[in-house]
Amino acid sequence: MIRLKLETPSLTLNHPVPHDISTISEDTCALETRNLNVYYGNFRAIRDISLKLPKRRITAFIGPSGCGKSTLLRTFNRMNDLIPGVRVEGEVIFGGYNIYTPGVDAVEVRRRIGMVFQKPNPFPKSIYENIAWGARINGYRGNMDELVEQTLRQAALWEEVKDKLHQSGLSLSGGQQQRLCIARAIAIKPEIILMDEPASALDPISTLKIEELMRQLAENYTIVVVTHNMQQAARISDYTAFLMMDEDRAGYLVEFGATAQIFTNPREKATEDYITGRFG
Amino acid sequence: MRGGSEPYAADRTETTLFGEDAQVKHSLRVRHLIGRLWRALFLASLIIGIVALSALIYNILDQSFGLVAVETKISPRALAQNGVSLENLSTEQLVAILEKYVSKGVLRRLKAEQPLEQREREELLGLVLERVVQPKIVQSWSLTDSLLRRRSIESEAAQRYPSAHLEFRSWLNPNFLSRPQSSAPEVAGVRTAILGSLWTIIITILVAFPLGVGAAIYLEEYAPLNPLTRLIQININNLAGVPSIIYGMLGLAIFVRALEPLTSGAFIGGLVDPTTANGRTIMSAGLTLALLVLPLLIVNAQEAIRAVPGSLREAGYALGATKWQVVWHHVLPNALPGILTGTILSISRAMGETAPLVVVGASTFIVYDPNGPFSKFTTLPVQIYQWTARPQQEFRNLAAAAILVLLALLLTLNATAIMMRNRYSRRLI
Repeated sequence: MIRLKLETPSLTLNHPVPHDISTISEDTCALETRNLNVYYGNFRAIRDISLKLPKRRITAFIGPSGCGKSTLLRTFNRMNDLIPGVRVEGEVIFGGYNIYTPGVDAVEVRRRIGMVFQKPNPFPKSIYENIAWGARINGYRGNMDELVEQTLRQAALWEEVKDKLHQSGLSLSGGQQQRLCIARAIAIKPEIILMDEPASALDPISTLKIEELMRQLAENYTIVVVTHNMQQAARISDYTAFLMMDEDRAGYLVEFGATAQIFTNPREKATEDYITGRFG
Repeated sequence: MRGGSEPYAADRTETTLFGEDAQVKHSLRVRHLIGRLWRALFLASLIIGIVALSALIYNILDQSFGLVAVETKISPRALAQNGVSLENLSTEQLVAILEKYVSKGVLRRLKAEQPLEQREREELLGLVLERVVQPKIVQSWSLTDSLLRRRSIESEAAQRYPSAHLEFRSWLNPNFLSRPQSSAPEVAGVRTAILGSLWTIIITILVAFPLGVGAAIYLEEYAPLNPLTRLIQININNLAGVPSIIYGMLGLAIFVRALEPLTSGAFIGGLVDPTTANGRTIMSAGLTLALLVLPLLIVNAQEAIRAVPGSLREAGYALGATKWQVVWHHVLPNALPGILTGTILSISRAMGETAPLVVVGASTFIVYDPNGPFSKFTTLPVQIYQWTARPQQEFRNLAAAAILVLLALLLTLNATAIMMRNRYSRRLI
């Protein structure tokens, strides 16, 4: 049996990670779900999930394929609204109110909760325009050149692209494209960044760069990442949520806690089985 | 050990999952054979297509050029003076010829337009040819005949038209493009028809493009998925296959008759020709053709919009864009090359339509240029149709030349649109 190495950078960061998630208070919670259920038509994809995502930390969602990790992630910024037939029950508390309350504008929610997708999907526009577009459509009135440079620096991409800002975003390599997508997301200053398997389509070196970038960004942003790669979850995340599927294929939360605790001392048998590779 | 040069499986006789060795080889041969057979069939269909197209083009070219026997009222040779041919005579000499041969009435009218002495030499020469020489084509031959049996044509012409002379005529010539319609094939041209076609197509584009793209955007991006939407969708698909003459009837009933005050231009007081045009104007024709191509355009634009990857839309939404911002900034620019391709195809179809225009009331004989959307008109296909219906061979030559003009016009329009599209898609990537 292979035990995962747990000498992760996340555990040596300057802000100590509380071992107990019950200590997450109102001040340190970025987003909270209460009894969340998600249905696709009659099919229940998510069952009764309640959790609190800590501010300025990386939370990883792990679990077997089809257990609803991505669905859960997409309820956080109402991306599921775009799929016909999706129904959400329960509450997602963000900034003091439930984002599923009638009258809450999904567009505003998505401005404040950004998203990075599995496959790099830069716009078929220039690198500059990829960053500037989101700011512009949201009514940004500052200096655009400054914003672009500052954002690209934050995304550790500036040195690589500063001489070709007006070339197409599609001319970059896959890893650079994904970092461009992350830069695009942070250009509009969201409070939370959702990442749906952001490195699964990339080679190991690009993956490493994305992971380093995520650690840097975690100093200012709350990051939620769905990943299939357990080493990755162990390497980068502060907290880990383990989801599983029921017999009726509905996803539920098995265990949620500090990453170190989940990977070294899981409370649930199912978690231990999954992270040690016995199933999944 | 198997030798390096020994053919693989040469000595294998064991039975595999796919049968014995010989069977495997046989089946492989058969599979390759079937593949080659299909390939030959595909090649054959391509060749048949090319042959048909070549025959068409050959037929048109064959009619557009060739020998003609021309009879003149007064031979240009008779008009030559002191060994100087008619073409090289001076202005004064040409004026003298006109004074001598042209009737008093016509002469007075010409002088009233502009005194003869003040006119250009070229213009005078043209007047002499038209009014004095009065060439008349008595017979024409096809290009193939002209090239292959020149000798027998010469003897035939000499026998049947002793006073005529043979000359090689390109029916497609600058005069053909610049002259209006005429009942004399020597001087008939397609200027009015070209202008009519262009006016009509411009109105068609201006109406059909925004309407078609707008409807496609609504259907693809906004319309809820319900039975009503499906019904509309099915009807649009079916309308794309309705025969064009039916659109002609529709255009006649709606644009020419019911909306006459609008399509005749009466509503803006710009009644160009109150006695004749009525609703049978370029406006009616353009609107009818717009209706005709609208379903094609909508279906094509929908395909193009549907082909925009969902990941692009998601990326837009995830940045806090509204639906309209996503559609306007991402969906439309990415769908535009496809939409333009569909538009090119539809407009080409509209350009070649004859039947609905005949019903809507294209004039078959018109000699003055259309001067706006509310004037009477004819178009190239209508002109071609009218010429081919005439018994004289010369009009068929004219029709062939007009077909060449129509093809050239279509190719130019398409090339422009394709260039625009390619430039646009390059900018996008």
